[in-house]
Amino acid sequence: MGNVVVDVMLKSEILDPQGQAVAFALPRLGFHQFTDVRQGKRFVLTVEGEVTDEVLAAAREAAETMLSNPVIEDVVSVRAQSRTGHLNGVEPQA
Amino acid sequence: MTQGALDTVAAAASSPEVEQPWADLGLKSDEYDRIREILGRRPTSAELAMYSVMWSEHCSYKSSKVHLAQFSDSTEAMKEKLLVGIGENAGVVDIGDGWAVTFKVESHNHPSYVEPYQGAATGVGGIVRDIMSMGARPIAVMDALRFGALDHPDTLRVLPGIVAGVGGYGNCLGLPNIGGEVVFDSCYQGNPLVNALSVGKMRIEDIHLAKASGVGNKVVLFGAKTGGDGIGGVSVLASETFDADGPAKRPAVQVGDPFAEKVLIECCLDLYAAHVVDGIQDLGGAGLSCATSELASNGDGGMRVWLDRVPLRDASLRVEEILMSESQERMMAVVEPGRLEEFMAIAKRWDVEATVVGEVTDGKNLEVFWAGELVVDVPPRSVAHDGPVYNRPMQRPAYLDALQANVPDGLARPADGEGLKAALLALMASPNLCDKSWITNQYDRYVMGNTALATPDDSGVVRVDEETGRGVAISTDCNSRYAKLDPYAGAQLALAEAYRNVSTAGAVPLAISDCLNFGSPEDPGVMWQFAEAVRGIAEGCRTLGIPVTGGNVSLYNQTGEEAIHPTPVVAVLGVMDDVARRTRSGWKEPDQVIYLLGTTADEFGGSAWTQVAHDHLGGLPPRVDLDRERRLGEILVDASRDGLVGAAHDLSEGGLAVALAEASLRNGVGARILLDEVCERDGVDAFTLLFSETAGRAIVAVPGDEQVRFTDLCVARGFAHARIGVVDDEGGALDVQGQFTLPLAELRTAHTATLPAIFASR
Amino acid sequence: MRVGVVTFPGSLDDHDAQRAVRLAGGEPVALWHGDDSLRDVDAVVLPGGFSYGDYLRAGAIARFAPVMSALVPAAKGGLPVLGICNGFQILCESHLLPGAMIQNDHRTFICRDQRLRVENAATAWTSGFEQGAEITVVLKNQDGQYVADRRTLHQLEGEGRVVFRYVVEEGGRNPNGSYRDIAGITNERGNVVGLMPHPEHAVEEGYGPSLDGLTFFRSVLSSVVNA
Repeated sequence: MGNVVVDVMLKSEILDPQGQAVAFALPRLGFHQFTDVRQGKRFVLTVEGEVTDEVLAAAREAAETMLSNPVIEDVVSVRAQSRTGHLNGVEPQA
Repeated sequence: MTQGALDTVAAAASSPEVEQPWADLGLKSDEYDRIREILGRRPTSAELAMYSVMWSEHCSYKSSKVHLAQFSDSTEAMKEKLLVGIGENAGVVDIGDGWAVTFKVESHNHPSYVEPYQGAATGVGGIVRDIMSMGARPIAVMDALRFGALDHPDTLRVLPGIVAGVGGYGNCLGLPNIGGEVVFDSCYQGNPLVNALSVGKMRIEDIHLAKASGVGNKVVLFGAKTGGDGIGGVSVLASETFDADGPAKRPAVQVGDPFAEKVLIECCLDLYAAHVVDGIQDLGGAGLSCATSELASNGDGGMRVWLDRVPLRDASLRVEEILMSESQERMMAVVEPGRLEEFMAIAKRWDVEATVVGEVTDGKNLEVFWAGELVVDVPPRSVAHDGPVYNRPMQRPAYLDALQANVPDGLARPADGEGLKAALLALMASPNLCDKSWITNQYDRYVMGNTALATPDDSGVVRVDEETGRGVAISTDCNSRYAKLDPYAGAQLALAEAYRNVSTAGAVPLAISDCLNFGSPEDPGVMWQFAEAVRGIAEGCRTLGIPVTGGNVSLYNQTGEEAIHPTPVVAVLGVMDDVARRTRSGWKEPDQVIYLLGTTADEFGGSAWTQVAHDHLGGLPPRVDLDRERRLGEILVDASRDGLVGAAHDLSEGGLAVALAEASLRNGVGARILLDEVCERDGVDAFTLLFSETAGRAIVAVPGDEQVRFTDLCVARGFAHARIGVVDDEGGALDVQGQFTLPLAELRTAHTATLPAIFASR
Repeated sequence: MRVGVVTFPGSLDDHDAQRAVRLAGGEPVALWHGDDSLRDVDAVVLPGGFSYGDYLRAGAIARFAPVMSALVPAAKGGLPVLGICNGFQILCESHLLPGAMIQNDHRTFICRDQRLRVENAATAWTSGFEQGAEITVVLKNQDGQYVADRRTLHQLEGEGRVVFRYVVEEGGRNPNGSYRDIAGITNERGNVVGLMPHPEHAVEEGYGPSLDGLTFFRSVLSSVVNA
C-alpha cells in the first residue's frame, strides 16, 4: 500500500484571508518572527501496491483537474510517501 | 476486529464477583446495586455502559423529573391543540387547516465551552434531528446565546466560534435563522449557554413517533457511519476491564457534518412521503443505547440488535464504544419487511448509507449481539424510562434575603433631560441592548423564502402554507437577573415576555417549549431555584391556557461554587391565519399615533438601567400579572388582525425609552413623545416612566383614522392605554418633549458600534 | 416556458428558484443531478446552496454531476443558464464562466440586502432591466469573493461582460472583497449569467427586500419567446 501526497496552494497573487488571519493571530501567542502565512491543502491519495511513475502521473492529473482549481490554485508538489512517512519522487513542472 | 475478551451475558452470569468501574462511569453504588437487581446478575461491560450513560443526569433527568411532572398537569383547554406532548422527541401542536407544527429548544452548553464551533454546530444538528424525527420538514431555527462579559478574553475565545458554528450548520442545512437572544452577563463567564431551537411542519396525518412495534419489523440504522465521537468517559471501560494497552483516548467532542444532515432531511422526507417508516428515532445523546432502548421501550415488544452490522468509521471501536458513540447525523427507523426494499431504494437515491441492524421481537427485552454472542439483555424500560429519580434537597439560598433587601431605590438617578438622554444612549450601547447585526448577519434568514419576520423584530414569523399564508411566530426569552432575584417570578416573566413577543406580531400564543439552564443540583439553593422556576412556568402556563410541549434541562452550569443565574428560557409559539398580516416592531408610515398600553410603576429590581448605570442587582423583579398579559395579548392580536396598528413593540429590558428607541431605529423614523399625561395618571416621574420595567406593557403605532376602533379594543378589556406621541418621519430624532431630543444618527452610532468594536477588527 | 432548476445534494434555494419561475409566469421543472437529461427545458437555473457541502471547493464536485454533462454543451450551444451563488461557483468550476470564488475577505458568512447596478442589460437574464439600473436583492454566502487574473478582468470589462456590480458607498467596500466590485458576469454569447446575490429571494412582497428579482425570470421567459 502506498501514498501519494499532493500539496495545493492558492496562487501567490490571490489574497489569502485565512492565511492572513493566522498571520495576525501568531504574534498574540508570542510568535513574532513570521512575516507572512499562506494556507493550503494537502491531499493523501492511497493506492494498493507501490507508487509507480504511472501512479504519480495519474495523481498529478487528478490534482490538476479536480484537486485544484487552476484559476486560483497551483499544484506545488506531487510526491510518493514511503512507509516510513518520508516523501520522495518527482515534482511536477511548474 | 478484536474486542479483547468479550464480556458476554453468559460470562456476566457466571462471574458475579468481577469488580466493575461503575463509579468511574458516574453511577452511585445504590444505582449499581439496582442494576444487578433488575438483571438478576452483574451487568456485562456493555450493559454497564448503557445504564451509566442512560441514567446520567443529561439523559435521565433524574434530578429534575419530580419537578417536571408539573408540566404534564394540563387543563382540557391546554390539551385541545396538543397533538403530541411531553415524552416524545418534540411536542406537536395543531395550527389549523390540517397542519401540525413541532418545535423544541435544547441546550448544548458544555460542549460549546470546550469546542465552540463544533459544540454549537452539533447543538443545532441535534435539535433539527429531533424535529425531523417527528415526521416534519424543519423550517426554521433560532438560537439563544449567553456569554460572560463582552470584553473578557474568554468571551472573545468562545463567541465568534459559537456564532460561526450556529451559522455554519444552520446555513448549510438551508434553515432560516429567524431570531433568538444574545445576552452578556459575567455569571456565564465559565459557562456560556447555547440553546438551540428548531421548528418543523407537517400534515397532521404525517406525524411519526419513536416506537418499535410489530414483531418481525426491521430496525434500520441510516445516515453517517459510527465513529468515536463524544464517548469520553466510556473508554474507561475498555482500559480498566481489558488489556493494559487498550484503545487510545477517544475524542470527546462530536464533529458535525451539516451536508450529511441536509441529505438526511431530504431522504427522511421522501421516506415519510412513501409511507415506508413505521417508527423513527434520531441518535443524539447516548447514541445507539438511547435510540434502541427508547424505540423498544415505547413499543410493544422486544428488540434484537446485531451490533456488528453497524457501519463503522473506526474499526477499532469496542462494543461499549459503539453503543455509546455520539457520532452525528444518524437516524434509526422501524420498517415493515415488505417496505424495506423501497426504503433502501430511497436511501440509495440520496446516497445515504442504510443498514438493517435489528428487528422487533415478541420478547420483552432489548438484546444486543456481537458476532453471535449476547452482550446486552435488558428490559428496555429500565434503561430508557425507569432510571433513578432523585428527590434532591432544596433550600431557599441564604443570600436571597439580603439580595432582595438590597433594593435599587437609593441608586442615583438622572436629574434632568440631558441625564435621561445619556442614560438612554448608555443603555442602547450596552452589550445586552446593542445592535446584534454583527452576529445575526452571519445567519441566512431568507432561505426557503417563507420568512415573514425575523430579528430584530419581536418574534420570528414563518409561513407554513404558501397558499393560505397560515404560519407561526416564535420567541425565546429569559431575563435571568429577574430569575436570580426570584426564580418563580423570573420564570413567569420569561413566559410572559415570550407570550407578549408573539402577540405583538399578531399571533395567538399556542404552546411553549422550555430550556432550563441551572447550576449544580447538588447545591440545595440551586435545586430550590429549579423547583421554583418549574412551578412558575407550570402555573403560568395553566393561567395562560397554553401547554408545555417538551423541552430540555441543563444542569451543572457552574464553575466551582459559582452557579449561573437561574436561566429558564421559554419559547412561545403562536399561530397566524395569514402571516401577511404580521405586525412589525418598528413604525414607518407618518400620521400614526403612538399609544402606550399598560400602567407603569416604580419597578427597577434587576433592570437594565441598574445594571448599566450602577452594576447593581437587587430587590425584587417586576410584579407578574398573567391575566393582564393575556388581555394585552388579545388586544395586540385583534389589532393586528384587523389592521389597526402599523407597528407594535413590547416593553422589556430598558423599559419605554428603549422600546421607543428600537421602534424608531428599525426603519430610521423618529417620534415626538409627550409623557406628562401618563406620568400624572400613573403617579411616576419621567425617569420612572422611561426606564422602569413594569411588565404587561407594549407600544403601538395606530394610523390616525383607526384610533377609535383601536381604543375600543382596549376599553372593552378594561386595559389602560394612553396616547404618548406621534410618529415623526421628518425630524430624524426621538424627541421626548420637555426632556431631550436624541437625533437618530447619534442613537444609531451608539447602538451599532459596540459589537464590531470588539469582534470586527480581528 | 419551461425553466429547469437543478437539485444537487446540498442545494438549498432550489425550491425558491422554482417559486420565482412560477411567479414570473413560467413553469419550473425539477432537474436531478444524477440524470444526464435536461428534459427539454428552455432555460436552466443552477440554484444557491452548499452542494456537496462545499467540500474540496464550492461547486467543485457538483461540476462533475451527470446533469452537467448535458448542461455544458447545451450552454455552449446557447441555452440560457443562470447560476445563482453556488450555481455561479459551479459555472466557474465548469469553465462556462471565467474566474473563481474564494472566501469572503472578512471571513464570515454574510446575509444582507444588497444594492446592485445592472451593467449589461443585453443578456438573456437581464433584458428586462434598464442599463445602469440599481436593484436590491439578497446576498448570502461564505465564499463570495470573485477573483480572476488581470487578463480575464481586462477581457470582461472590455467586452462589457460584467453584468452586475456591487453598489459601494463613497469610501466604502463591497461586501466580500470581489475584484472590481464584480457581483455577476456573463459569457461571450450572453446566455450564461452567474451572480453571487439571490434574485429568487426578491420576488414576493414581504419575503424579500424588493421584487427586483422577478425581472431576471421574466427576462428569460421573454427572451425564450423571442428566440
